[in-house]
Amino acid sequence: MNIHAIRAIYIFELARTWRTLFQSIAGPVISTSLYFIVFGAAIGGRFASVEGVSYGAFLVPGLVMMSVLTESVSNASFGIYMPRYSGTIYEVLSAPISAFETVVGYVGAAATKSIILGTLILLTARLFVEFSIVHPFWMIAFLVLTSVTFSLLGFILGIWANGWEKLQIVPMLIVTPLAFLGGSFYSITMLPPFWQKVALFNPVVYLVSGFRWSFYGTADVPVALSLAMTALLLVICLAVVWWIFRTGYRLKN
Amino acid sequence: MQPIIEIRGLEKTYASGFQALKGVDLDIRRGEILALLGPNGAGKTTLISIVCGLVRATSGSVTVDGHDIVRDWRAARALIGLVPQELTTEAFESVRATVSFSRGLFGKPPDPAVIERILKDLSLWDKRDTKVMALSGGMKRRVLIAKALSHEPRILFLDEPTAGVDVELRRGMWEMIGRLRDSGVTIILTTHYIEEAEEMADSIGVISGGRIILVEGKAALMEKLGKRLLTLSLQNPLDAIPAELAGYPLTLSDDGRELVYRFDAQHEHTGIAGLLRKLGDHGIDFTNLRTEESSLEEIFVSLVKERA
Repeated sequence: MNIHAIRAIYIFELARTWRTLFQSIAGPVISTSLYFIVFGAAIGGRFASVEGVSYGAFLVPGLVMMSVLTESVSNASFGIYMPRYSGTIYEVLSAPISAFETVVGYVGAAATKSIILGTLILLTARLFVEFSIVHPFWMIAFLVLTSVTFSLLGFILGIWANGWEKLQIVPMLIVTPLAFLGGSFYSITMLPPFWQKVALFNPVVYLVSGFRWSFYGTADVPVALSLAMTALLLVICLAVVWWIFRTGYRLKN
Repeated sequence: MQPIIEIRGLEKTYASGFQALKGVDLDIRRGEILALLGPNGAGKTTLISIVCGLVRATSGSVTVDGHDIVRDWRAARALIGLVPQELTTEAFESVRATVSFSRGLFGKPPDPAVIERILKDLSLWDKRDTKVMALSGGMKRRVLIAKALSHEPRILFLDEPTAGVDVELRRGMWEMIGRLRDSGVTIILTTHYIEEAEEMADSIGVISGGRIILVEGKAALMEKLGKRLLTLSLQNPLDAIPAELAGYPLTLSDDGRELVYRFDAQHEHTGIAGLLRKLGDHGIDFTNLRTEESSLEEIFVSLVKERA
């Protein structure tokens, strides 16, 4: 195991976050604050509570999840796309470092960043609304699992993309809509029956539902199902990453 | 002693169907500087890329200090440093950070003293906290060399190290490569510049059309280089070289109108005077005489043409 290499990649990637502090941390925190002001305070005040929780508090897990999802994908995809684009990937490919170690370094850094971001958003939310966390262990578990899974997805995207446009298109056309429609702002039980069924095809629904359950103990879908879906996504991403390195797809001739 | 790199029957066909390497066998001796000369598209970069693990060979094998590059890739790669042809750098990183990153990547624990020494050797120490994108092309090239040396490799590949580097800097780089060789590092460099190969290399390999067509010590090659030709335009064409002149390395060309004498310019007695006297004795008159030397470049071009 090349521990020094994992450490080098991990630190290198986190240093990049530090360098682009505003873009990677302050940006999402500010936009989340805006959501709280607009939806939580201005509009939410006119809503009755959702499933026994005030609308402002109900928003918290969804907003955290939404930021974590989109930032994981964009961070991890950028982290691996950048060296491919600039050509510096030659160094990683010629180093005595295995696929597993490479992924641990890049995805580990992206996931770490997402976890920090999620925590910061939670702290920011605390300034706007009161909320409780009933199952702190599961809250952390969902946060970590989601960060890792979507960082893996971002890693795959960063390897698949062969232009900046493709790199933007997947988060914009797939991840963001899924996150918005995944029950970040509402409970899917508020949807008409047909759309409730459609929503069940959206994996983000399970993530948000499970995460919200860890806060308030109520969920749109059974929590075991949420956990299973998250694990399934993780396994799919791992399988794709494994295939990428086995075949050298877009990495080696 | 066992060669530090042994390449056997190496072939590479790209997905496009282009066959970049057509069975390369090459031994690289420990501690030598080998210059790989060859025209564009000859397979130089492909060969280097396979040894360094960037490209998968279609068939054949490579061992690095006894380690197979596929089965025992970790041990093989840890010994190698690669300076690529393109100036690919992490634009936003400081010089020191990017070089330290490379060291970690190759499995070595952080060592600020080693990084400092390497940066000083390459006259980059003053720029250690400068972002790479703010450096000139020549400095970026040196950053790439620093990265390749950061894990103290035993073998250094330099893919056209002095492309786009000015004359003064090129001299400096040659000196640095010489110092590295003195410290026991084996160096393989590719180049278009014959001058560069002549200046630095211990051995010269010529690669063309995916095949190694010659590997020779520089001294042996210089021997060939030292050969010169004396061409005499004859008054009357000859059918054959007269028996009296059999002792000289002579050939006839241009339908017997020219007599060509091959001699060693570095030798004290070229034999020219004796030959001319003999020609006079036998009544062979000539109207013109000229001498020419074959440069490494000519040898190189004719070799490449011959095998094409």
